[in-house]
Amino acid sequence: MKEFGYQRVFDVPGAVALLGADPEARCLGGGTNLVDLMKAGVERPGLLVDVRELPLDGIEFTKGGGLRIGATVTNSDLAAHPEVRRHYPALAQAVLAGASGQLRNMATVGGNLLQRTRCGYFTDLARPCNKRTPGSGCSAIEGEHHNHAILGASSHCVAVHPSDMAVALAAFDAVVHYETADGPGELPFAEFYLPVGDTPHRETALPSGALITGITLPPLPVAATSRYRKVRERASYAFAIGSVAAALDVRDGIVNDVRLALGAVASRPWRALAAERVLTGGPAGAEAFAAAADAELAAAEVLPHNGYKVTLMRNLVVALLTELAEEAAR
Amino acid sequence: MALSTSSAITLNINGEKHALPVDHRTTLLDALRERLDLTGTKKGCDQGQCGACTVLIDGRRAVSCLQLAVAAEGREITTIEGVADGETLHPVQQAFLDLDGYQCGYCTPGQICSALAVIEEHAAGWPSAASADVRPEAGVPPLTPEEIRERMSGNLCRCGAYVSIVEAVARAAAVHEAGSAQGIGTQGIETPGLEAGAAGSVGTEGAA
Repeated sequence: MKEFGYQRVFDVPGAVALLGADPEARCLGGGTNLVDLMKAGVERPGLLVDVRELPLDGIEFTKGGGLRIGATVTNSDLAAHPEVRRHYPALAQAVLAGASGQLRNMATVGGNLLQRTRCGYFTDLARPCNKRTPGSGCSAIEGEHHNHAILGASSHCVAVHPSDMAVALAAFDAVVHYETADGPGELPFAEFYLPVGDTPHRETALPSGALITGITLPPLPVAATSRYRKVRERASYAFAIGSVAAALDVRDGIVNDVRLALGAVASRPWRALAAERVLTGGPAGAEAFAAAADAELAAAEVLPHNGYKVTLMRNLVVALLTELAEEAAR
Repeated sequence: MALSTSSAITLNINGEKHALPVDHRTTLLDALRERLDLTGTKKGCDQGQCGACTVLIDGRRAVSCLQLAVAAEGREITTIEGVADGETLHPVQQAFLDLDGYQCGYCTPGQICSALAVIEEHAAGWPSAASADVRPEAGVPPLTPEEIRERMSGNLCRCGAYVSIVEAVARAAAVHEAGSAQGIGTQGIETPGLEAGAAGSVGTEGAA
C-alpha cells in the first residue's frame, strides 16, 4: 500500500477545502471498499479525508414529505430506520441484501454510491482493465464474464455496478446532493452515473473535489408497496447476479403507478423506463409483466457466458411484480 | 506541503487506553495483533470477506481488517479479550463452549463478537434480509435458525461448524431474552446506539 496522509474533518467547508486542494485526496467513510482497494494497489490516494465525524448522519423528512438521508448514515442505520422501512421498504430490503452485518455497520450511504465494480480484472494488476488503466483493454470480454453486463455496456468495459442500495434509489428517483468549494450542487439519480462509452474509468458526474452530502428521496406513495429481490450464487453475503427493485400500485386490476429498476445488469443501476411505459395504464397480470420485461430486455447484448441473465431478469421481474399485484389484490 | 504519513494515536480497547505511533497504513487488526499483543482477534482473509477479525467498535460489530487504526482513535473497541467478566464467561462464550460451536476455533473469536452484536441488533428491532416484511408495523421476527444464519453470514467457518454455531447463538439469545425479561440486563458489553434508527432520528440532521 502506498503511504498516505490522514485528516479527520468535522465540518463540510473543512472537508471540501481539503478535497478541492489535493487531487489525490479521497474521502474515507467506512473504508470497506476503499481500504480493500488500497491494499490491492488499485486505489493510491495521497490523502484520506475521514468524513465520519461530519454532521451528515441524520435522516429527516423534507418539506415536501420525502426523506433526506445524510451521506455518513451507515447502511445499518438506513435499513433499520422506521420511516425508510415504512415509506420505501424496497430500499431497506436492498441495503439488508448487501454485504454482512459487520460491513453494513461500517459502510456509509455516500461510500455505497461510489463503490467500485467487483469485476475480478479490475483488481488484478497483472491484467488489462480500461476502468483501472484507461486504454489498456478489457480482459472480461474474452475472459471471465458470467456476471457481467447485458445492458448499456460497450466494447471498452462490461463490468457491473455492485450496489444493491443504488438499485432501489434508481427506482425511487433519488437526488444526490454534493458540495464543492464553489458551493452546493445536486444530480438526479438518472444523471449521477455516466454511460460507459469509451470512458469506463469515469463513473459519476460528480465534479472534481466534490463531497457527497446526502441524498433525497421524493415523496412517492407507490414506494410504500415496494420490494427488492436479489439472486446470488449463495444464500447470503454475495454480490447479485441479478436483482430487481419494484414498486406497484394497482387499482381495479389496472397499473396506476409503477417503478422498476434492475441490478447487476449494467455499469450502473438500471432504471427500466421502457418496462414502466408498457405497464402503466395496462392490466396487472402475468402477460403484461412479461411483455414489460421483454420490452426492457430487448436491448440486451449478451456475451458467451452471461446470456442466462436475460432469462433470469425476465423471470425476476415477472415474479416480483406478480407478488406485489397479488398483495395488492388481498 | 509534505503530509505526515504516520500519527501518534491512543486506542481505547476493552476499557484501557493504549498510546502508540502508527503508520497510517496500519489496520486496527494489525495494531491489535502485532503492536498490542491482543492476538485473540484473528486474521483470516484480510479482505473483509470472512469475519474472523470481527470486533465491536462503539458497540457495533465491524471487521478490523478494513478499519484503519488511525481512524479508530476516539472510539470504544471491544475485542474477544474484553468479552468475559473476569473468569466468568459471557453467556455467548458459554453457549459456544457447551454446544461445540467450533471445531478448530480459529473463527470463534469473530463468531462470538458477531453473535454478541446479532443478539443486540435483534433486540433493538433491526430486520434482516431473512425477514419477510421489513415494515415497522410487521415487528421483528423471532431469532429463528433462518434469521440467525442470515445475520451471522458475515462469519465464515471453514470447518463447517455452522449447525452448532446456530444452536449456540439461539441459546445465548434465549439467555439474553430471559435476562432482559427479569430486568437484569446483559452482562458486560455496552452496545449503545442500537435503538432502531438511533443515528437517524428524524429531525437530527445538523448540516444544510
